[in-house]
Formats: sequence, C-alpha cells, structure tokens
Amino acid sequence: MAEFEPVLLRRILRKASVSLDAYRADGGYRALQKAVGEMTPEQVVDVVKASGLRGRGGAGFPTGLKWTFLPKGHPGPIYMCINADESEPCTFNNRILMEEDPHQVLEGIILSSYAVKATVAYLYIRYEYGPAARAMQQAIDEAYHAGLLGKNILGKHDFHLDVYIHRGAGAYICGEETGLIESLEGKRAWPRIKPPFPAVEGAFRKPTIVNNIETVACVTHIVDRGADWFKSIGVPADPNNPRDPGSYGPKLYCLSGHVNKPGVVELPLGVTVRELIDKHGGGVWKGRSVKAVIPGGLSMGFLTADELDTPLDFAGPGRVGCLGLGTAAVTVIDDQTNLVDVLYNICRFFEHESCGQCTPCREGTGWMLKIVDRIRRGLGRKEDLDILVEVGDRIGIMPGTTICGLADGAGWPVKTAIRKFRSEFESYIRRGTKAVSLPLAAAGH
Amino acid sequence: MSVLTPEIRRRIEAYIPRYPNKQAVTLPALHIVQDELRCVPMPAIREIAEMLDLSPAEVYDTMTFYGFFRDENNKLGKTRLWVCRGLACQLRGGDDVLQRVCERLNVRPGQTSADGHITVEFAECIGVCERAPAVLIDDAGRGPVEPEQVDDLIDELRRR
Ligand SMILES: Cc1cc2nc3c(=O)[nH]c(=O)nc-3n(C[C@H](O)[C@H](O)[C@H](O)COP(=O)(O)O)c2cc1C
Ligand code: SF4
Ligand code: FES
Repeated sequence: MAEFEPVLLRRILRKASVSLDAYRADGGYRALQKAVGEMTPEQVVDVVKASGLRGRGGAGFPTGLKWTFLPKGHPGPIYMCINADESEPCTFNNRILMEEDPHQVLEGIILSSYAVKATVAYLYIRYEYGPAARAMQQAIDEAYHAGLLGKNILGKHDFHLDVYIHRGAGAYICGEETGLIESLEGKRAWPRIKPPFPAVEGAFRKPTIVNNIETVACVTHIVDRGADWFKSIGVPADPNNPRDPGSYGPKLYCLSGHVNKPGVVELPLGVTVRELIDKHGGGVWKGRSVKAVIPGGLSMGFLTADELDTPLDFAGPGRVGCLGLGTAAVTVIDDQTNLVDVLYNICRFFEHESCGQCTPCREGTGWMLKIVDRIRRGLGRKEDLDILVEVGDRIGIMPGTTICGLADGAGWPVKTAIRKFRSEFESYIRRGTKAVSLPLAAAGH
Repeated sequence: MSVLTPEIRRRIEAYIPRYPNKQAVTLPALHIVQDELRCVPMPAIREIAEMLDLSPAEVYDTMTFYGFFRDENNKLGKTRLWVCRGLACQLRGGDDVLQRVCERLNVRPGQTSADGHITVEFAECIGVCERAPAVLIDDAGRGPVEPEQVDDLIDELRRR
C-alpha cells in the first residue's frame, strides 16, 4: 500500500502559516467556493452522507445522516454548535487543529453551516484552550474582512453566517452535546433527556446540529476531493453486518503516556495499536514493555498486552470488550505501573466530573472511587472487586439508568480493568499493599 | 455604588447581540468579571442578573455549577497556576509536580501564595498530554514541566 499522505495535518506538519493568505495559497477555501458556487446545501449533505463520514467526537454517529434529522423546510433559525470542549482525558487533536490550522477548521464550520442552513455557529471551546480560542478568533476576524463570514458570503445571495466563540469553564460534561447546549444557554450543564434530539430541539429550543472540530475539518476535504476519495481510506463496512456503517477516512490519533514519542499522528482509520506504539510512538519508553493500553480516552476501558493487534476503527475496540473507539486517544501504560493507581486516577476523574443529576451516576462514581481508594490504601476486601464490576455494569445509558453517557464511560474502565487484570488487583488486595506514595494530588478533590 | 466598572459593563453588553436571549451571556459575563476582579462577588452577581434580566439566583446557580468561579472570600491571585493531574501526566510524574509546587509556595491546591501572586489549582486533563507533565498558566498550557523545573517556573510567574 502506498504511504498514506496526511490530509488534516498536511499544513501543520510543514508548519505552514496560520494566516488567511497562506491558507488560500495552499488551496484553502476552494471547497467553500465550490460548494457556494456549484452546489445546493442538499448536495453538500448528500456528498457527506455518501462519504461515510462518522463523527469524531466519540460516538461515531454518521454525520450526513445526523444532518438529515433536521426538520424539513424549517423557517429557522437553525444553529450549528461546534464542540471544542475536548475534555476526554488524553485527547488533544482538536487543540492542535485550532491552534495550528484555524482556517481549515473554520472552512469546515462554514461548509457544514451552509449544508444544514444554519445562520449562526457557536464554537464552544473549553476554557483551558486559550491559545486555540485566540487563533480561531483571529481566523474569524480575517474571514469577516474577506467576505467569508457575515452577509451574502462569497457574494451568494441569502447565505449568511455569523460564528461566535463561547468559552467553557472547566467542566467535562459540557462536551456532552446537550450539556454543551445548556451551558451555552447560560445554565448549569445538565444534559437533557433525549428525545427530543438537538436536531429537532436544541439550542434556544431551535433545531441544532452539534459536531466535533475534527468532523467539520473532514467535511472540508470531502467537499474538495469527493466522497469516493474519502471512502478509499480506512476500513470498509462489513458486508455481513448490515448495521456496520464502516470506518472511512483519515483519523487523528493522540498518543500519550509511556511512549518515547507522544504526539498526534494522522493515519487511515483501522491502524493497529501495535503499529501506533512501535512505528509512530517510537516504542515504549525506558525499554520497558506494555502492560495495558487505553485505546480511546479514559471512558473506553483497557486493552491488555495481548490485544495490541486490535485495529482502531469504529468496530475494533468493541470486539475486545472496550466501549468503542471513543476519541482514538491511545494512552500506553508500561509494565512497571501499578494499575490500582491508574484506576484510582480514572475513578477520581469521573467522580469529580459527574454532573450529579442522576443518582446512579452520582452515587456510583462516588462509591467506585471510595472502593478503589480503599484498595489503594491497603484496606481492600476480596468482595470489593465484584462490587466494583456490579456498579460498573449498572450505571449508564446502556443499562438505561442515566441521562447521559458519562456514566457508561465511568463504568467501562472499572469493569475492563477488573475483568482483564483481576489477578493483579487480587494480589494487591491479598498483600494489603499500600501504594508507594499517596500523593498530595489525592488530598483535594 | 456599582462594582462593575463602565468598561466591564460595556464588555458584557457587547455579547448580548450574539445570542437570541440574554441568559446566554451569563458565562461570558462571569468570565469578564472574574478576569478583572479576581472573583465574582455577590454584588457583581446581582448586577450581572440585572443586566441580563435574570434573578441573582439564576446567575449564582450557573456560577457555582462550575468549580471555576470564586466568591469574594476566595479571591484569585495574580496568576492562576493549574497543575494537571490527568492520567497522561500522572504516568509521567505529574503528581510530583503538584507536590513540588505546593511545597514551594506553602499552599494546598486551591490556595494562593502569601504574597498574593500565585493561586495553585489541580486540573483534570488540560489537553496537552503530548507534553506531559503539563501545567496551565491562566488559560495557556505548557509542558513538559518536570519537578526540578518548578522553581524556575515559579520565579518566572512571580516576576510577571
Ligand atoms: C460525557 C461526554 C463527554 C463528551 N465530550 C465530548 C467532547 O469533549 N467533544 C466532542 O466532540 N464530543 C464529546 N462528546 C460527544 C458529544 O455528545 C457528541 O456526540 C459529539 O459532539 C457530536 O459530534 P460528532 O458527531 O461530530 O462527533 C461527549 C459525550 C459524552 C457522553
Ligand atoms: S449520567 Fe452522570 S453526568 Fe450524565 S447526566 Fe447523569 S449524573 Fe450527569
Ligand atoms: S493528562 Fe495532563 S494534559 Fe492530558
């Protein structure tokens, strides 16, 4: 197979300028020009549908299909919400796209808004991404000056769009699409019960599409190069499974933890964990070997060292007991690491970030943290592991006990850690080992 | 007397046309006020509510949902230094960085150094995991910051 040529990182890898002029000189806004000049919004939706693009924010929902859920012939306004909350731990590709190629992102936002006939796009950026927010604001300002935003964009009668940045305030739950909408509306970010889905009733009770930064960046290239090009990359749908929409296109994989070269790499969907670690991450650090890998952000659960040939497409991680591909953020944990400490870190995160609205999630994340903390302090009991698995199994939208998927994401790492590494937890409990250090970080919450 | 200066009011008002209702300006307003006053005191909450046609309880409800905003009893220092405690950072020594920062400034997470310069916080993953262990200085990530680099970092922030 020919060497894959990065698409989303093409300009970033050569450290191209973020200015509008430089972006245009590299063919930027060609796709927008084409869409506005030659295509109706419906045709843009069709090409995105035909490309098989699935959302990059974690759930993998087919993007074109989501767009068709908007009510037909709605008088407006329709809102676009771009999700740049990017708070799934160990995920950072949205940040790099916004900081280092903001016009690529903005072109995707304008194109997607054109397709769904949105007149306002809110770009919800987590507070911690100050430089990204400033880079995007500069790109937006340049775009207004150049007639790429505002009224009658590129001279097209009746194509109006305003893009506003809305900054978060340090809460993971604002990444959940209806939590994001509530936060945008100035309320506490309590996710909404669905249905109605945002496409029907979203921001300010109007039809709303929520899409991830990387998703809209892909839209630019799909309009530019066509659906067939996008479909030639990645893993085709399984012909024996009519419900598999396939895993097409390039993906930004974030590598972190115990690898020699942490960073973001762009590859066709479906690369194996082993290839990512060995070829792109420079191997495990300090000459050690892998104990465990988290394949898609903390919510997805664990892979063992025997599961490194798992392909990271939308279906791969699920086949080995993980929740899914998630954000494709791969965190490597070496053989010298205590998994009890790792699980404690994860449980602490979800307990801290549960919005508290649903009792099973609020209490479940709290109890899981307490139990893992007890184990970590050398006071674990044999039955604790079964209790943890039971709690993990019962909280979430999949068992039907909570409003949003945060609880599923809290349960999955616990369940997979104990199912896949039970003997390590058992021997830790048996020995009554205290973690080497109980760092200060644990003190606060 | 108003705690919101005319300049702060002007900046908040500039957000109003961006949204179909005024409540959506709550978060931007809280950010503007905390940036300037280093906290959101009760009188400011009342004034924001008045500007946005809300009850103070609504503003307070939103404000306290986010652990991010401080009341007048917990004013921020000049610089807010967040140390990441996320997994990617923990795997590469983040806990030692937090420990070192706290020792050096003689504070616990959430507190401000005696000279009022630096407020220390722990953060959940701040999205610069490729440069772990990482810190966030106000709203900009930086890394790697190893435990032995903490002293220099603090000196730098104090000179700001
Ligand atoms: C707890 C939770 C946190 C989430 N955080 C994010 C996030 O930070 N960024 C994101 O794009 N999607 C996040 N999502 C997924 C969104 O709800 C939504 O599916 C996504 O933004 C849709 O965009 P996409 O189809 O382009 O992926 C989160 C979901 C849950 C349940
Ligand atoms: S599942 Fe958890 S985070 Fe989601 S709405 Fe319920 S309590 Fe909030
Ligand atoms: S875990 Fe520290 S920046 Fe992501």
